[in-house]
Amino acid sequence: MNKRPFAITLDVGSSLLNHTGSWRVERPTYVDRLPPCNNACPAGENIQGWLYEAESGNYEGAWRKLVEENPLPAIMGRICFHPCERACNRVQVDEAVGINAVERFLGDYALEHGLRLPDAGPDSGKRVLVVGAGPAGLSATYHLRRQGHQVRLVDSSAQLGGMMRYGIPAYRLPRAVLDAEIARVIAMDVEVMLNYNVDDIEVERESGHFDAIFLAVGAQLGKRVNIPAGDSAKILDAVSFLHEVAEDNPPLLGRRVVIYGGGDTAMDAARTARRLGASEAVVVYRRNQEKMPAHDEEYEQAKVEGVTMRWLSTINRVESDKIVIEKMRLNAEGYPEATGEYEELGADAVVLALGQDTDLSLIARASDIEVSDGSVQVAENLMTNGRGIFAGGDAVPAERTATVAVGHGKKAARSIDAYVRGVTFEVPAKHELAEFGLLNTWYYSDAERTQRPELEKVRRQDNFEEVVLGLTERNALFEARRCMSCGNCFECDNCFGVCPDNAVIKLDNGKYEFNLDYCKGCGICAHECPCGAIEMVPERI
Amino acid sequence: MTKRPVRFYQVGSFAVGNRLLSDDERTVQSDPNRANSIDSGHRACQGCGEALGARYALDAAMRATNNQLVAVNATGCLEVFSTPYPETSWRIPWLHSLFGNAPAVATGVAAALRVKGRSDVRVVSQGGDGGTVDIGFGCLSGMFERNDDVLYICYDNEGYMNTGVQRSGATPPAARTATTDVVGPQPGNTFGQGKDVPRIAMAHDVAYVATATVADLHDLEAKVERAMQFRGARYLHVLVPCPLGWGSASNETIHVARLAKETGMFPVFEAEYGVVTSVSKIRRQAPVEEYLKLQKRFAHLFGKNPRPDIVAHLQEIANRNIERYGLLEQDAEPIARHVSSSEASA
Amino acid sequence: MLRQIEGSRAVAETVALCRPEVVCAYPISPQTHIIEAVGVMVKEGRLSRCEFINVESEFAAMSVAIGASATGARAYTATASQGLLYMMEAVYNAAGLGLPIVMTLANRAIGAPINIWNDHSDAMAVRDSGWIQIFAETNQEAADLHVQAFRLAEELSVPVMVCVDGFILTHAVEGVDLLEQSIVDAFLPPYEPRQVLDPENPVSIGAMVGPEAFQEVRYLAHLRQLDALHRIPAIAEDFYAATGRRSGGLVRSYRAEDAETIVVAMGSVLGTIKDAVDVRRDAGEKIGVVGITSFRPFPSQAVHEALAHASQIVVLEKAFSIGHGGVLATDVAMALQGTNCKIREVVAGLGGRPITRQSLDKLFYKATRGELDSLLFLDLDLDVVEREVERMKATRRSGPSAENVLRDLGTTRGEGALS
Repeated sequence: MNKRPFAITLDVGSSLLNHTGSWRVERPTYVDRLPPCNNACPAGENIQGWLYEAESGNYEGAWRKLVEENPLPAIMGRICFHPCERACNRVQVDEAVGINAVERFLGDYALEHGLRLPDAGPDSGKRVLVVGAGPAGLSATYHLRRQGHQVRLVDSSAQLGGMMRYGIPAYRLPRAVLDAEIARVIAMDVEVMLNYNVDDIEVERESGHFDAIFLAVGAQLGKRVNIPAGDSAKILDAVSFLHEVAEDNPPLLGRRVVIYGGGDTAMDAARTARRLGASEAVVVYRRNQEKMPAHDEEYEQAKVEGVTMRWLSTINRVESDKIVIEKMRLNAEGYPEATGEYEELGADAVVLALGQDTDLSLIARASDIEVSDGSVQVAENLMTNGRGIFAGGDAVPAERTATVAVGHGKKAARSIDAYVRGVTFEVPAKHELAEFGLLNTWYYSDAERTQRPELEKVRRQDNFEEVVLGLTERNALFEARRCMSCGNCFECDNCFGVCPDNAVIKLDNGKYEFNLDYCKGCGICAHECPCGAIEMVPERI
Repeated sequence: MTKRPVRFYQVGSFAVGNRLLSDDERTVQSDPNRANSIDSGHRACQGCGEALGARYALDAAMRATNNQLVAVNATGCLEVFSTPYPETSWRIPWLHSLFGNAPAVATGVAAALRVKGRSDVRVVSQGGDGGTVDIGFGCLSGMFERNDDVLYICYDNEGYMNTGVQRSGATPPAARTATTDVVGPQPGNTFGQGKDVPRIAMAHDVAYVATATVADLHDLEAKVERAMQFRGARYLHVLVPCPLGWGSASNETIHVARLAKETGMFPVFEAEYGVVTSVSKIRRQAPVEEYLKLQKRFAHLFGKNPRPDIVAHLQEIANRNIERYGLLEQDAEPIARHVSSSEASA
Repeated sequence: MLRQIEGSRAVAETVALCRPEVVCAYPISPQTHIIEAVGVMVKEGRLSRCEFINVESEFAAMSVAIGASATGARAYTATASQGLLYMMEAVYNAAGLGLPIVMTLANRAIGAPINIWNDHSDAMAVRDSGWIQIFAETNQEAADLHVQAFRLAEELSVPVMVCVDGFILTHAVEGVDLLEQSIVDAFLPPYEPRQVLDPENPVSIGAMVGPEAFQEVRYLAHLRQLDALHRIPAIAEDFYAATGRRSGGLVRSYRAEDAETIVVAMGSVLGTIKDAVDVRRDAGEKIGVVGITSFRPFPSQAVHEALAHASQIVVLEKAFSIGHGGVLATDVAMALQGTNCKIREVVAGLGGRPITRQSLDKLFYKATRGELDSLLFLDLDLDVVEREVERMKATRRSGPSAENVLRDLGTTRGEGALS
């Protein structure tokens, strides 16, 4: 020290003695907030988490993170209606991240590379019966196996998959993909019984010595309505229609097919009819496009494929070669009202796509299980009033999508796990939502969404080839990197860089730590954090 | 612009770094082993733009010179908050002489290095706007015309902040300072005054002149790096918001600087040998109100007795900058990447 | 090698022998010939390994020297008068930072009114700056002092100002014995700075120092100047040993050993004073001379020893502190505290007014007879003064100026001001 001239010349590093942290009235804190995509995902996927892995090209890591929650990514990447994308904060910047497309890419990647699901957990000695091998049943089976429980999976159909096989046409979900992902679950040492009808759940429990049961029987019965019809009128329901097509045994419909209903099943039926040779596929729906429950993607594809729409119409009567339509109008509350105006429409067949019911015969004798409006009533943890009997998927009151079903499967598995171990499953508290206002979107590059390529229209007419195609690796990577990582640090170094006091320490693991000896609490780091992962917390003074 | 556009990543070239970028695409600031030319423990106010700007610029210069750098500092905030006996925050060789002579002192340093055959050691001279555009201007101009091998960096916070926020030749019109109070019919600093030193520097035909803000680190670092590729006199003018003097929130220092650029109030460009060679285009144009409203020094233009006439006048100044430098994208290059089906894997 | 040479040239040639590494130049009369000559030598290559920088002001000149010196280069510049004042802030700064810069001050009056001729007002203006100030009596000494100045400055890390009377010395052609390069090289080792800007060993130079340490910093600077009181004579002795020439030192006496009246002065006027003293000695008067070479540090003890035996000290100086009196005289008086010496202050030669042997002869004649008042202005034209005083009195409230003149300069005109 004293080598230098006194006072006027100072040695390097001496300012470190001045701990400016004492100036602080607020301290920055790193937080993980709940990304809106994760929040919106019915399957409870950590979307931001697996996109984060995908962003670096670690597709296997991304897939592993994905299948922590959902064992069917290649399927979901095709048939999920991705509420995550509607919730995506990027919508407010340009367009949502193509989460679904990336999920499919990862799912396909795993299939292509033969990635195996994680091993089953060590045997718990507990046995669980899963009734129904649709998305809810398969998801529950997977999670139960990971927890180490023995699973018997039974289904009344000849093949596994439930509605994914018998309700969703192959042009949306190629069977090879479906089979491969199901096979991966079954390979976790699952006892499978097909063409197996459970008549009485209690009898089944006793005979199989099950500690718990998960009812995932779906809603396989097409709703019928009473429409006056001539004897020779051809009326069938969409569920049966699609089921038969799936079994490669399509019914003869004729040239002009009317589909009655406005949901996704109606669209599937119409598009399937077109592929089976119907020159006209007309969807008749009593309300208008705005009120139609079918997802836009489905509707748009149907239109492209030549399906036509009759809005504000109800079928009044069906005859052998025509139907009579009554025109409707929407009243002030938005409900359709009859106008008394009628019109005829040529039709060789009418497919009813008016919703589905659940076949609950298997619990008819289990009087303690409450059923209401045709659905099994369950508690928050998906347990019915029946001891050790849980239910999920289309059989319980919820939105009837495959993704919801997958989510139910996971949730039921957790509840069952807790139940058979004699504990209560504590749902971890949700983090604060990473709302758009918490982001600093300046930092995100302008990058419009990558559109998925589609099969050309002319090639869709007479076959069930997949319509929506996958992303290339390059495009999937690009799309993953559009993720804004809402509420979760993605190691952009902003906090490290923008601190005027060098009070952010960059750790070896890519994360950061505040050096509170020097942090003056200016808050620039929090303000300039692109993804809102830093919170300013008042100091207790 | 010498910086590379990196579009493929979440944050492109806007954030400090990104785990996905290769090292050479990251900023110097993202490097855990950056020089930290000015270190923790300095006594700058919370959210000080100048402390930040100085570290940005000098760390970049350190990298560009392989740590063979010496710095000369004019009197001012930066000097006072960094070297109060017995503590210095500087990790680089650093010399403070006077308020108005930093460019000349740097000339002397450069001359000494040249005569000693140490051409590998480069000289940066730095000061605030007072030390640069006002009291140090004579020495600055002399250094320019002699083409001494010095990079002069002005950290412009638009006033004499160290002495309690008085007007300088870089204070914008209408701004409140202690010597341009918001009284009388024309409150704040007078219109039609002030000195545009970057353009004056260009008139000296020096090798390199650039402006930058603390809001665009990649740009700032690229300019320092570019500056270091030249020998002779160079000038870098960095806008560094002052939360104290501007009356802006301490956490908005970077945000305010960004708006200065995005409104056109502070044109960001670079010039070589007296000719503008590139400008940083406005990315998300904003009206000047957005910039002004964040700062209490302009509060008299809003509120109970608003002065839309004065705001309009300031907007005209921004517009003139936009026109003079061509700050708006003429036809923005589309960044969207729509794939054709041939690119797609089925 | 003895050459008939202009003083400025002699200084320039000698400075070049000292191998300065950075020379900065801003022209001001009467310093111009010095820096012009150095510039030529650099451009010719005769003075190699030297950066000659034409700056835009004296403020820049000293600032460039500061930067160069702090980077370990031997730095030199020259100035005068207004130039010194224009660089004054940097002059203080160089001393405060302890940078061993050597500067020639071609002494010149300070305006207004603007005046390019010699006096010592400029040197006096920076006497408190922390620089060592040494005054040359002759061109030979002016040249020699620069060699000593660099060594002194670098030994102590204190800047040194070599004061050379403008025009009287700078522009006078005399015989000067210029040193051999080998002698200068042996006398003046390469500069080894006590602090330097070095990327391998970074330090911060020029910190802000508050009340807790400022006084100590100043006192330490003072101690270094006290050290200089030992080093200046020692270096002069070394110089004598190397060259056989007596140059520099703190004070020099001439016929003062038995003198009852001693005249004290600095710079070139000492030559004229010695001539005048010789005349008075020839007339049998006990008068002598003490020349002060080192004005800062002020060699109080040496001055005391040289003067204390005399009964009357006449301090003749080319500067004056307006509203007070002589500057050098005050310092001499301080040095003679506790003696019975009477101090007589004589202000002479302001703005280049010639100090003639005749005027000095009259002055000394009166001095030896005890007829001098405490303060007088040599050759002051009292008619001019009185006319102006009268004019002012008629036109504005000006106070009792006439009475002040009488009180200041003595009871009668004839006695107060020599004419």
